[in-house]
Amino acid sequence: MSFSVTEPSRLQKSVAGALVVIYALVTIMPLAWIIATGFKSPNDAIAYPPKVVFEPTLEGYVNLFTTRTRMSPDALEEIGQPETWYDKIVRQYDMVISGPSRYGERFLNSVIIGFGSTFLSVFLGTLAAYAFSRFKVPLKDDLMFFILSTRMMPPIAVAIPIFLMFRQLGLSDTHLGMILLYTAVNLSLSVWLLKGFIDEIPVEYEEAALIDGYTRFQAFYKVVLPQATTGIASTAIFCLIFAWNEYAFAVLLTSGTAQTAPPFIPTIIGVGKDWPAVAAGTTLFLVPVMVFTILLRKHLLRGITFGAVRK
Amino acid sequence: MTDETTSRSPAVAPAGFARKYRGLSDRAVAWLFIGPSIFLLLAINIFPLIWTIRLSLTNYRANRTNADVDWVGLRNYERILTDPDIWNSMQATAHFLIWTLVLQVLIGFGLAYLINKKFKGNDLWTTIIVLPMMLSPAVVGNFWTFLYQPQIGLFNYVVAFLSGVDPSSFSMIGDVNLAPWAIVIVDTWMWTPFVMLICLAGLRSIPDSIYEAAECDRASRWRQFWTITVPMTLPFLMLAVLFRGIENFKMFDLVVQLTGGGPGSITELTSINLKREAFEKWRTGYASAYAVILFVTVFGLASIYVKALNKVKER
Repeated sequence: MSFSVTEPSRLQKSVAGALVVIYALVTIMPLAWIIATGFKSPNDAIAYPPKVVFEPTLEGYVNLFTTRTRMSPDALEEIGQPETWYDKIVRQYDMVISGPSRYGERFLNSVIIGFGSTFLSVFLGTLAAYAFSRFKVPLKDDLMFFILSTRMMPPIAVAIPIFLMFRQLGLSDTHLGMILLYTAVNLSLSVWLLKGFIDEIPVEYEEAALIDGYTRFQAFYKVVLPQATTGIASTAIFCLIFAWNEYAFAVLLTSGTAQTAPPFIPTIIGVGKDWPAVAAGTTLFLVPVMVFTILLRKHLLRGITFGAVRK
Repeated sequence: MTDETTSRSPAVAPAGFARKYRGLSDRAVAWLFIGPSIFLLLAINIFPLIWTIRLSLTNYRANRTNADVDWVGLRNYERILTDPDIWNSMQATAHFLIWTLVLQVLIGFGLAYLINKKFKGNDLWTTIIVLPMMLSPAVVGNFWTFLYQPQIGLFNYVVAFLSGVDPSSFSMIGDVNLAPWAIVIVDTWMWTPFVMLICLAGLRSIPDSIYEAAECDRASRWRQFWTITVPMTLPFLMLAVLFRGIENFKMFDLVVQLTGGGPGSITELTSINLKREAFEKWRTGYASAYAVILFVTVFGLASIYVKALNKVKER
């Protein structure tokens, strides 16, 4: 290794490394704790001192996905022995599974609304970003700023008229309503990010295609789109994560059919203080995002700063 | 038509092949592409905003649609600005905003500085640190209530372990003095990585040659830090503060799940307060005026700040 004044010394590196590792370990402790709690029995979950070593059980997950009723010993005898592993877990408490819980539905709603709004905002965003990048649009800077400024509004501030508007149009508590709403919220991010990505694709390719007799549309989807795939994909994942995590609109505008998981998860706790079930629901909901984050780490910065910081 | 468009955008389409176009003109394509987005934003952002302003001048209540709606002029605004409850919320928001920004800037910059020492495996650890920031704030707030439980909560246990106090003797979210800090701690845990990432981008944008030149001039490390590192990362740091400032001014989901604004109304930030007025007390007109005031405040503060940011960038 050649000598360089800017290369940190070995000592500096190990001290820096040690401090960062300590911070990272402290930071993931709460997450690790929640994931572990999902596999504890309710008694282990509230044990003092907190249990680090415990016997893992799927009780939390069973409770998360089912509703259960307590039965008298006579009634239990009549039913006979539990047949499946999840029946056995529930039977320890003299209970039987009476049906599925709502968690599955809420999770599915999150998936439908998340993917639906992501598709729409990326689709509209790509078109708009292409136009802003390639054409002389009157008042371009003003329009771009207008698009950005829609993100500054507190969600609760526009929630009142949106609530009234959705009530009028019959969009309250529907998937379509939530998809349109999240699309509008995500559009600003998608236009800004994609414009940055498309700006980086040289115009010469399209010009060549146009000279070869392509129309604008053909040049757009045969020349520009294939080159913007990475940008489109990372924009899509950021839109998806936003829609997945959103709570304020979801809690105000949905209550049943279209309710997503974030407003639902806190209600799992119920009266029984079933922490393992809450932890299980939280884990299932958060882990996909953690996986995406790890996959996306290279594009992270650009996505979370609206493209303001590039690498 | 086609000629006019091309002559307006010489950089994009040289006039030469304009005539070869088949299909729509550039201008038509541009509007076709931008139109739907602008329409959606107008329908779901601007139209509601205008409606909010209109509602703010009335005494409308969304739960009583048949009642008479009267114009009350600016009375809602007058009542809000003289309402002590709202000033309490503003204070709670200011406390939350200032402390989260201070802590996140200090820790975030520190971490970025350390990570920039390029030790082995820094990529992996950076990714781990970033995880909390990508999660759903409401769900995060909900599970922190578990960690904050007196006695059984992990947070209380760790604090007790380190300081020797009884873990059931304090309740982070039940105590009037501790609750404002409980929300600051969770927000800092969640969002420090954001400030860190932006600072890291700033630090990495400083060319090595500047430090080499400083070294030739025999500038001390301390001096290099204050005359090169800090000023050159400052625009990035200010950008991070802008993003976090706007987000935390609007803060709702994390805190509403964590403390619900309590105990009493000690952590009732403006957005939570607004939600109560609008969707629990159903004072729609009053809440709309409140929303307008909040929006104007955040927009005003952000614009002043952006001007300052641009000045720093020019330097």
